[in-house]
Amino acid sequence: MADNYANTADKSVLWDWLTTVDHKKIAIMYLIAGTLFFVKAGVMALFMRIQLMRPEMEFITGQTFNELITMHGTIMLFLAATPLIFAFMNFAVPLQIGARDVAFPFVNALGFWIFFFGGLLLSVSWFFGGGPDAGWTSYVPLASREHGGLGIDFYVLGLQVSGIGTLVSGINFIVTIINMRAPGMTMMRLPLFVWTTLVVSILIVFAFTPLAAGLALLMLDRIFGGQFFIPGMDGNVVLWQHIFWIFGHPEVYILVLPAFGIISEVIPAFSRKRLFGYSAMVFATLVIAFLGFMVWVHHMFTVGIGPVANSIFAIATMAIAVPTGIKIFNWLFTMWGGKLTFNTAMLCASSFVPTFVLGGVTGVMLAMAPVDHLYHDTYFVVAHFHYIIIGGIVLGLFAALFYWYPKMFGHKLNEALGKWMFWLFYIGFHLTFFVQHILGLIGMQRRIYTYLEGQGMATMNMISTIGTFIMAFAVVLLVFNVVYSAYKSERITERDPWDARTLEWATNTPVPEYNFAQTPQVRSLDPWFYEKVHGDGTMKPAEPLDDIHMPNGSILPFMIGLGLFIGGFGFIMMNMENPIVPPLLVVILGAVLTFGSMGLRSIKEDHGYNIPLERIKKIEKEAS
Amino acid sequence: MADSVDMTKGLPSHPERATLDGKNKFLGFWVFLGGETIMFATFFGTYLGLMSGTADGPTSSDIFSLPLVFIMTMILLTSSLTSVLAMFAMKKNNFKGLMVWMWVTVLLGASFLGLEIYEFYEYYHYGLGYTTSAFASSFYTLVGLHGAHVLFGLGWITTLLIRYRSAGITLTNAPKFYVASLYWHFIDVIWVFIFTVVYLMGVGG
Amino acid sequence: MGENLSQPFEKSAMSKDERIQLEREKRIQITAFAFMISLTLLAFIATGSEIIPAVFTVPFIVGLAVIQFFLQLFYFMHLKDKNHAWPNMMMVSGVFLSTPTIIALALLLGETKF
Repeated sequence: MADNYANTADKSVLWDWLTTVDHKKIAIMYLIAGTLFFVKAGVMALFMRIQLMRPEMEFITGQTFNELITMHGTIMLFLAATPLIFAFMNFAVPLQIGARDVAFPFVNALGFWIFFFGGLLLSVSWFFGGGPDAGWTSYVPLASREHGGLGIDFYVLGLQVSGIGTLVSGINFIVTIINMRAPGMTMMRLPLFVWTTLVVSILIVFAFTPLAAGLALLMLDRIFGGQFFIPGMDGNVVLWQHIFWIFGHPEVYILVLPAFGIISEVIPAFSRKRLFGYSAMVFATLVIAFLGFMVWVHHMFTVGIGPVANSIFAIATMAIAVPTGIKIFNWLFTMWGGKLTFNTAMLCASSFVPTFVLGGVTGVMLAMAPVDHLYHDTYFVVAHFHYIIIGGIVLGLFAALFYWYPKMFGHKLNEALGKWMFWLFYIGFHLTFFVQHILGLIGMQRRIYTYLEGQGMATMNMISTIGTFIMAFAVVLLVFNVVYSAYKSERITERDPWDARTLEWATNTPVPEYNFAQTPQVRSLDPWFYEKVHGDGTMKPAEPLDDIHMPNGSILPFMIGLGLFIGGFGFIMMNMENPIVPPLLVVILGAVLTFGSMGLRSIKEDHGYNIPLERIKKIEKEAS
Repeated sequence: MADSVDMTKGLPSHPERATLDGKNKFLGFWVFLGGETIMFATFFGTYLGLMSGTADGPTSSDIFSLPLVFIMTMILLTSSLTSVLAMFAMKKNNFKGLMVWMWVTVLLGASFLGLEIYEFYEYYHYGLGYTTSAFASSFYTLVGLHGAHVLFGLGWITTLLIRYRSAGITLTNAPKFYVASLYWHFIDVIWVFIFTVVYLMGVGG
Repeated sequence: MGENLSQPFEKSAMSKDERIQLEREKRIQITAFAFMISLTLLAFIATGSEIIPAVFTVPFIVGLAVIQFFLQLFYFMHLKDKNHAWPNMMMVSGVFLSTPTIIALALLLGETKF
């Protein structure tokens, strides 16, 4: 169908981005959406730290504080960290395995739009009487229909919708990695980032489905009068905690394993050595993923389930330290004796290691069930998971941003500004969270909106707030860097600005829509580096140069997402005082839009289009 | 990735996995079923945790009628067999066989769903509303979710059957039919556990 | 190319051997179906009558359900065939992770201490 090739060229920019199924463009959309949510939740954190700056501050009310802690946690985990990770997965994974696109380009776009509309649904809660206020865990009975306000309905439906998006993206990544690898790219030659993506996607499939079930129960409880969580009707509140943490603990690994993968890409590239203990790293990833499902009760030690159950889960939790330790040592040994280049990406990646160890050590402390009764719900826990999430995931994301930026946008980020950003962020981060360990140990409770004079907490809270402002300044610097580099930075046309190791650096910069003109033949782990050392510095082609078949864009993913947004909003309207339109009508409208678009997709056969050979030759000639 | 189809040789013996697209659909759907497993496990666990919480409402042994459940089970098991037969027809390029067996599957599924609605109606009039007790809520949610899956499957297969009523077996629709039949088997697998855990254990356990 | 993907075939490419194989497979499937029906009957009879002691009824019928589960997956859904390694991995993981989920939700709700 060469005749309809022109269909990407003559679209308007907006229509092109709304209908695109290109994994590189979807990656950029994830990046932008994730950054916006990240900034939003970061500003919430600033407000909370200002409120806690001095004893008995009256910057915001307790109710607003509750809404801020809930939205900060929920947005950061579901709508900032997840999409930012998906951005890099979407961009790098197909390139790293030598594929032209993901297995289901349509589903990839669908995943983005559903996530986006889910996030929007959660966010509009501010305009309907305030956000959810029961904490990101939304424990019942606080969140049940008896005590929780309308905000909780936005939490439930917003997460339900965005969770569907995450789930379908996860399925897509699994199939991509299993079915779309280039010839010679065996499982044990996959870059570690691809391995962690595969494992994380499997975790998503097994963790987001219980979350969907749990949210459905909470929705049925709140909107349709189900009795799951009402003790007076023989319901049980511990049930929600179990279901939430069956999802919630793997979620932590869903976020941190890709960061491990990023670190395992960046450290070898800037140490000029292959990753130490590749197979041990793969094995450790699998073990962490497996154990991650067997430990959720450690969030519930103080519930009173019983000593035997607590002990089993405590031991399983401590066992996770072993594979994580393997990873830590492998990163250290990769750097050991390497020719190190400390640019911003490498600074973030290498400082990740000690920071993560600090977070891991407090994790093992928390795993000890008896002492956990002291730590539980104090700032010690807050400090612990921020060391994991910021010290682990955010530093990993920064490293990924600086590392893949030239491939994504055709120019590097400014290094001087980048290093300033890193040091300010790193110092600000430790200033903010290190003292929170001590605050927790002297008894400051988590989620408390103020404290009294003379409790010995004033100084440390002040230090913590100052640190937050330094971190915030560093993020502003990063945003400035992005704008500055877009105008001032030198354009890059070479393939491989870092002299790196994996396949994505074998593509032209900027990457053409078909990625590889000829599917490469992979001959080793770190295939691009292998060809540079043992070959002639180009990938051996595995197929002759020919027409390339590409999928057509479609507006249906956007429509399905919009339909879910409308339908979800309709469900929330059922709990509103005076909805202007009958809620059922809105639900039906959403369902018609969603299922109608799905039906349309099913009925219309769309075999995509071909990029003719001459055009590929022309693009390739221009690039080289 | 150009899928070149050799039309002269005839339909490949595994038409559902003859193209890359088909292979992707096949694997992707299995991945989805893996996720469904643990989602249903969560609902089963909820039911098991709350099944004794009847809050002075009817208990399971008060209301469940085994003969009806037995008939429903037989209907659904048979529909699983008919969709297997449809897949055998598809592999042999027997388009008419595929259509007939799939329509039989749809009819059996619809009669199952009809009986389930009748069953719920009966229970409701016996005094087991959705909000009667934690047991009632978890029972209706688990079995209702299965019913919703049946409904979705019926809509899906019917759409396929109407869309491809005279298209013949192609490498595009073969994976679609295959995946739909996998889904149908999975519904049956879930029902095996529902009739065992919910109905049989509710009556005699 | 793309056009052919929507075109029906004149005949099947199956060889005679494959045809015989398919017929044999079909017989096995129908046998499996008969077996599943009898398992179901057995479960209903075991519950409806007093043939086995009430204490054993639950493990017995759950055992029957598990056998049927495997029959469905391995025969009707072809998990036993080759090229099903990844589907097997997903289902095994799913079942493996479902087990602690169900046990925890059924038992560890804080009503009885363990």
